[in-house]
Formats: sequence, C-alpha cells, structure tokens
Amino acid sequence: MPHLTAINDFVVRFANVNGTGSASANDMFAKAIFRMGIPVSPKNIFPSNIQGLPTWYEVRISEKGYLGRREGIDIMVCVNPQSMPKDIASVKPKGYFIYDNTKELHKEFLRDDIHYIGVPMTQMCMDKFADPRQRQLLKNMVYVGALAALIDIEVPVLQEIINLKFKGKEKLVAANYEAMDMGYQYAKEHFKCPLGLRLERRDNVGNWIMLDGNTACGLGAVYAGATVLAWYPITPSTSLADAFGKYAKKLRVDPETGQNKFAIVQAEDELAAIGVVIGANWNGARSFTATSGPGVSLMNEFLGLAYFAEIPTVLIDVQRGGPSTGMPTRTQQSDILLAAYASHGDTKHVLLFPSTPKECFDFTADAFDLAERLQTPVLVMTDLDLGMNENMSPPLHWDDNRAYDRGKVLTADALENMAERYGRYLDVDGDGIPWRTIPGTHPTKGSFFTRGTSRDEYAAYTEEGPAYVRNMDRLVKKWETAKEYVPGPEFYQKKNQNAFGVIFFGTTTYAALEAQELLAEQGITLDAMRVKAFPFNDEVNKFIKKHERLYVVEQNRDAQFRTLLINELEVNPAKLVPILNYDGFPITAETIRQQIYKNLLGKLTPAIVEHEAAPPSESEVEE
Amino acid sequence: MTFVRPTFRHPESPKNALGYTKKFYEGALSTLCAGCGHDSVSGAIIQACFEMAIEPHKVAKLSGIGCSSKTPTYFLANSHGFNSVHGRMPSVATGANLANRDLLYLGVSGDGDSASIGMGQFVHAIRRNLNVTYIIMNNGCYGLTKGQDSATADVGSVSKAGVPNMYAAIDMAGLALELGATFVARSFSGDKEQLIPLIKAGMSHPGFALIDVISPCVTFNNNPGSTKSYDYTREHIETTGAVDFVPLMTEITTQYDAGNSVTVPLHDGSVIQLSKLAKDWNPLDRHSAMNRLYEAKTTGEVLTGLIFIDTHTPDLHGILKTVDKPLNQLTESDLCPGNEALEKINAGFR
Repeated sequence: MPHLTAINDFVVRFANVNGTGSASANDMFAKAIFRMGIPVSPKNIFPSNIQGLPTWYEVRISEKGYLGRREGIDIMVCVNPQSMPKDIASVKPKGYFIYDNTKELHKEFLRDDIHYIGVPMTQMCMDKFADPRQRQLLKNMVYVGALAALIDIEVPVLQEIINLKFKGKEKLVAANYEAMDMGYQYAKEHFKCPLGLRLERRDNVGNWIMLDGNTACGLGAVYAGATVLAWYPITPSTSLADAFGKYAKKLRVDPETGQNKFAIVQAEDELAAIGVVIGANWNGARSFTATSGPGVSLMNEFLGLAYFAEIPTVLIDVQRGGPSTGMPTRTQQSDILLAAYASHGDTKHVLLFPSTPKECFDFTADAFDLAERLQTPVLVMTDLDLGMNENMSPPLHWDDNRAYDRGKVLTADALENMAERYGRYLDVDGDGIPWRTIPGTHPTKGSFFTRGTSRDEYAAYTEEGPAYVRNMDRLVKKWETAKEYVPGPEFYQKKNQNAFGVIFFGTTTYAALEAQELLAEQGITLDAMRVKAFPFNDEVNKFIKKHERLYVVEQNRDAQFRTLLINELEVNPAKLVPILNYDGFPITAETIRQQIYKNLLGKLTPAIVEHEAAPPSESEVEE
Repeated sequence: MTFVRPTFRHPESPKNALGYTKKFYEGALSTLCAGCGHDSVSGAIIQACFEMAIEPHKVAKLSGIGCSSKTPTYFLANSHGFNSVHGRMPSVATGANLANRDLLYLGVSGDGDSASIGMGQFVHAIRRNLNVTYIIMNNGCYGLTKGQDSATADVGSVSKAGVPNMYAAIDMAGLALELGATFVARSFSGDKEQLIPLIKAGMSHPGFALIDVISPCVTFNNNPGSTKSYDYTREHIETTGAVDFVPLMTEITTQYDAGNSVTVPLHDGSVIQLSKLAKDWNPLDRHSAMNRLYEAKTTGEVLTGLIFIDTHTPDLHGILKTVDKPLNQLTESDLCPGNEALEKINAGFR
C-alpha cells in the first residue's frame, strides 16, 4: 500500500483520555519540533470534563509556516479505546494509525487503506514501572519515544525538554528517559524508520516564542500597570486570571515588606467582577476582568453604566462556542455584536482583535491606555483557539520609555488653579472627552456625583430633553475621536491590485492568509485587510469602498462582523460575502478557499475551473 | 420634597475641629417624600461626619438604586458619590476600596437593593470584610415603584395596598451575623441619639460595618398593620443598651455602671462605650449576639443598638496583603517590570 510522504508538512493528532497526563507529553512533542526550527501549531480539542472523557491534541507541522488548522489527519496516535472507531475513520487514506496494541485490535477496526503501527505501551509500562500512576503517565512518553523514531524527532532535543521540565527531580528525568527510550527502541526494531512523513531540522522559527494567548494577556495587564483584577471562573478565560496572578506574584511583590502591589478578587459572579473593575477604575486604579461570552451577557448592565457614566473599563473576552452554555470548550468568534453594543439603550464599545500572543500582550496593554484616554469600556476580543493553545508568536516586547496614558485627569493643583466651575461632562477640548477627577483629590473642588441616570454637564441629575441629547451627541463625538486612537487595519499588499478582497480579524488570520495563497496558486488573486479594532477607522472604510466585492471571514453562524461593517459603514450588503465556519473547530484555509471559490464560479476563466476539478494529487510512493 | 432649607446660616454656627460648620457636610435638597425616614438618616450621617471632623473629600459615598440610594446626593456635597446599578453597590465599593485604602467608604442601600436583587453582592462583601460602613435604609417596601412588599417585610405585615405579606422576612442583621460580619448594628431613623454614635462607630470600624436602620416609608408603609411603621417601631423598640462613641483623644466623662458596660477600643484609638447592657449578652461574642437577636425576633421586639463587634479580623486589604500605599497612587516604576524581565520570560517560551 502506498504511504503518504512529506517532510515537515503534515498533521499529527493524539487521542487521549482526559486527566491521564497526556497534555504534558503532547506539549513536549510540539515543543521539540518547534525547537528543531520547524513551525508548528498545536491545538487542544478537549471536553468540558476533568477526567475520563476523550480529548485530542492536534499538531500541524508546516515548514512554510502555515499556522492555521488544516483538515485531515496524517498520523493518528490513539491511546483511547473509547474514541478508537472514530479516530480510525478520521485518518487520511495512506496515513498512519499508531495505537496501543497491548490488546489486539478488533477486526472491525481494520481499514485496508491506512497503515497500522502497534506499540504495546501499556504492557511495556506494566513490565517496567511498579507505581500505577507512573505506569499511566509514562505510557504517554512511550509514544513520544516511538514517534521520535518514526518521524525523526531529535532525541537530544526531547531530552533537553525533559531535563528542563523536571529540573531537580532526577528520578522523574530518568523514568521519562527510560519510557521514551522503550518506545524509541520498539519502533526501530519493529518498523521501517522513518516513515514517509518525517521531520528535518530547519531554521524557520527565528526568535519566535510559543505561548498561549491567555498568558500573554495576563502579562500585558501586569506590564500595563493593572492593580485590581476581579474575575469569575469560566472556560476558556480562567487561565488568563491565573497568568496575571502568577506573574504578579513574581514581579509585583514588594521585596522589603512582602506586600502585594496588586489585588485579585475571585468574585461571586461576573456581575460582581465587572462591578469591582468599574469601582476600582472610578477610583483611579487600573483594573480589568477576563471572561467569556456568558460572562459578557451578565456584564451587560454594568457595561452600559461604564459607557454612560464614562468610567474606564478593561474586559478581555476569550470567546467560546455560544449561544447559552453552548460549546464551552470549543472556539468561536461569536460575541462580536454582543460586545459591540452591550447593554440596553444606545451604546457602542471599543473592541480590539488580537490575532497572535504578541498582540494579546500589546492590545491588553493598549486597552488600559485607550480605556483611560477615552473613559469608556474597551473589550479585547480573543478566543479559545488563541487563548488556550500554545501559539507561535513574535517575542513580547516592552518599550521601557513608554508612559501609561492615564487620560484626562485633573490633579489637585489643576483644580486649585481652576477659575471656572468644574463640569465633569463638559466638552472643554472639543473632542468629546471630558475631564475626570479621582475621589479624594481636592477638599472643595472637583467632587461630583457619578450616576447611571441622565445628567447635565455638571453631573447634576436631569430629565431635560436638550441636556440629555447634548450628552448623547457628545458621546458620539467621543466615538469619532476613538477612531483616531484605535489601531488601524493591516494590509497585505502595498497597493490594492484587485477588484475583490478579503477581510478578516483575530484568529481567522492564519487560515485566511493561507487561503489567499492557495487561491493565488489557482490564479485567483485577492487583496487582504485585517481589521484590528472597532470603531472602524477611515482606512477600513476606504478599503471597502475601493473594492467591488469583499469576502468577510469569521467564525460564527450569523456573519456578525459583516453585520457590524454594514451597520457602521453603511456598506451595501450585496458587496460583503460571508465566509463562515462555526463548528467549534478553528477555521481552515481549505474551508475559506472552497467557499470563496464557489462564490466566484461563473466569474472564473475555464483554466482555473479545470484546475479545481482535478487538483494535483498528493505526493506518494509505492511500498 | 421634604423641606425648603433656608440659605441663611448663623455666622457663629459651631465649627468642628477642622473649622467647618455643619453646612459644609450637607448635600443637595432632598426630593424624597416629606417625613421620609431616609432624610433623618441623611441628617444623622451629616451630624456624625461633622462631629467626627471628617474631611468630606476623603469619603466616597456609594449606593445602588431606589429611594435609599438617592440619598447620597443629600449629604456630603464635597464627597465623590457613585449611584451605581440596582443591587450592585457592594461590588463597586469593593473595587473603589481596593483602589484606595485611605478613603472612608460609605455604602447606602435599601431593603430591595440589598435583600433582593443585591443579596449576592451584600453577602459576599461581608465575607470579604470589606472596610465599608454599610447602611441599609430598611422600610420593608419598594417605595420608588409604589409600595410593593420587599424581602424584609414581616409575614402578615400589611402595607398601604392592604394585602398581608405572605413570605418570611429576611433579617439583615441576623444574616450578617451568620455570615461573619465584624460589626452589626440596628437602629431606627427616629432615634438620632442612638443612630449618630452608631454611624460614628461604624465609620471608625476597620471592616464591614452593617447598620440596618428601620426607616419608615411614610407614603406606602406607615399604616396600621405595617410592622415597619413609625408607630409600630416605637411601640416595639428594644435597645441592646446605650451606645456612645468616644473619638480619639477625648476624655471619657460619662459614668458607666461597672459590670453593666463594655468599652471597645478601635484601631484608630477611639472607643465605643456600651452601657446598660441586657443580662446574658456580650456584644463581643457572636454566639451570644445571635441568641439575643433570635430571642428578640421570637418575642416581636425590634432590637436596636450595637449587636456585635469584632475588631480583630483583618479587612480585605489585610487578607490580600496589599501594600500600604493606595494602589491608585502606584506609578510605572512601582508597577512595570521592564523589558529586561520580559526578555527572560520570552526565553522561557522557546
């Protein structure tokens, strides 16, 4: 039977049981490839469960640096009998199925178009190790060792990772080495190594790092000077709060007194979490919360207050599959409209869309500056894919000359020397942003009453129509000002060259860029724009105006981002074609390519259509 | 509207230690109904702050939504105020307090705001021993929506609508005791003699100080049959003992009966003096306080006064071990670890 062959370009999926220590072994696998200089993109596909249910880990290896998810499993490593039938079915023809053959595989599980590689992982561990927990944990290292032989992972690289991971625990290092070696030797003895799919060292990752977006956001908040975090546990944002706590404890404890230069409150619910954030920001401390869609739903009321009372607020929304409890451990970009217009009445909120861990770090830090500059909520819209997976990223950087932009805050001196009457909601600068005062600043000047009710320029309660309208219109002016402050879009061409283009944001980026290349290979070229923020600034508007048709790529059912563009920029809906994926898995380039292609049918030259009908076959060799 | 306040002030009005007259502690004119108990509570707050010579700008007054939550407009005009959303004042106060531990926090709420929609937040602020003086203006009804029963209305109590309440009442003081509150008091808006020293003591207490004030709603719940009316409260009031608050550095002049009084020193050096205490009750013992409160409930008394105090449990800042300097005064040099540290973190991700 033929074998799939490729160097540094294939997908490996691991099928494990939740809570058996597989995550650590799988991370080592991905990290080793990364350290061999080969771009890699691992994704956790896990259940809402602590122990016992099937969980998968999928690693795309791409020498070209395609970091989006790719359909099709080339190598399946299955150590979970529960999911085995489905796992076997998911392997690409001519691909490999690596499994624990301690028990013989049932005949009905045998396909004649894939290669079976049995390694008696359980048996080997039973024979080698006495401790039952160790037997289970080290089984994972056996398959890592077997893979090292089968696809040419450099063993010293794996050993170095083990050394680092179990530093100071020599017994564990030895046991992990042993387990790995057992797998390695077994594969060498029983199979022709390497397989058709294998690795070769490259120098393609430069100085990049690998980390999850939640860690990067947590670090960004530490660097931005956040002192109060209030949160409520919810997947997939919990690890963000954890990361802030971890780094704050490392970097923000007074060495002399042992006291904390931060406060973390695990609130009773998301309502309280955002309330704490608003109270702290009102009182002049940088404060934030991290949550997911259900949390944002609960926070709506308070977001409206922060918008109307003009209190800086930073919220990081790590989006997951909705609606309701939805798919809590799957990814989506489905909170876009909820976040943009959160709360009753006329409201609009500033959104930022990071697409790499570095941007998670940068945009989180920027969010604090923007929130204080604009005195309004800023929501950083990340998602489970970015937040909870180890993503490759440019290294994090902080400009040591950067000063926090605390926005328009009147000091005691400024108040003392103020001749005119202070008005909290007076637009003195013409940009719609009034001046704040922080409680406790001055004995007789600058105090005001913050409220969610309508008020005049001097913060006095009023139900006068004209005063209300003046205030609401000033908020619109402020919104216009915000366009100058939020990051502009990124363009992937020096000059627009095509009548058609593609628009994307956040985690659709990698897949969209790859799709653009795939289409270019077919002779279909598109201009591309990545949007980084809402409100949309003029550059976004211009790009849309300059193009005849635009594909808006996003990961939700209702094309929410497209709706937002139509609503805010008054774009003719016919011009914006939705390209969607909402099954909970990260979008793939092939999905995007196919949808765009389908839309273009009838507009394409015959040559391109023929190309699609008979794509070049994958490289393969006869055994 | 309650009253029209004369703008004239006697030039020789008494001044406090800071040289301020009481006028300096007042707020805007109240828009509550004439005779509303809440206005008396506002008056007591003004009097307490004046007598304690508190810098108004060092107070932050926070509230939720409802008649009670409107009152922060009517006192301490030189303080920052925050009229937040319904039932959510405790979380906003928590954030504010975390940002600046040096200010005094005055939370004003009502029975709808705290015992119904905001029950969750009320309960958790107590668990954290947030350093706030939390005043509930408790009238057993929703005044601003025209008199529906609230969760603190007693079973069988009849409001103006004439229908007896069918549901069990939540006793906010009893609940607070159960939750571990470190200062629990109950008072009556019609008893300034008691309310003012309680507010002073609460503001000096370094933790969560609950003052549940029975504050009758003259418009919707002051009729015969109501257990939160002026008449009913006056007839059934039972005090735990006389309360006196002795500020820092002041000589204790009143004579107290030995064996029948307790002196509670507070961290700032002031003391609370309790006298004429009931037998078998010790305000420093939670168990005895709970017993006394339960006993009063079964006999239909409205027990007022300082019911329990614990001055040793650390407040939220103590629990979280935050720095002495207010968090809102820390700057880049205190907070930002710099790029060199980040380079090291990067190295760990390779």
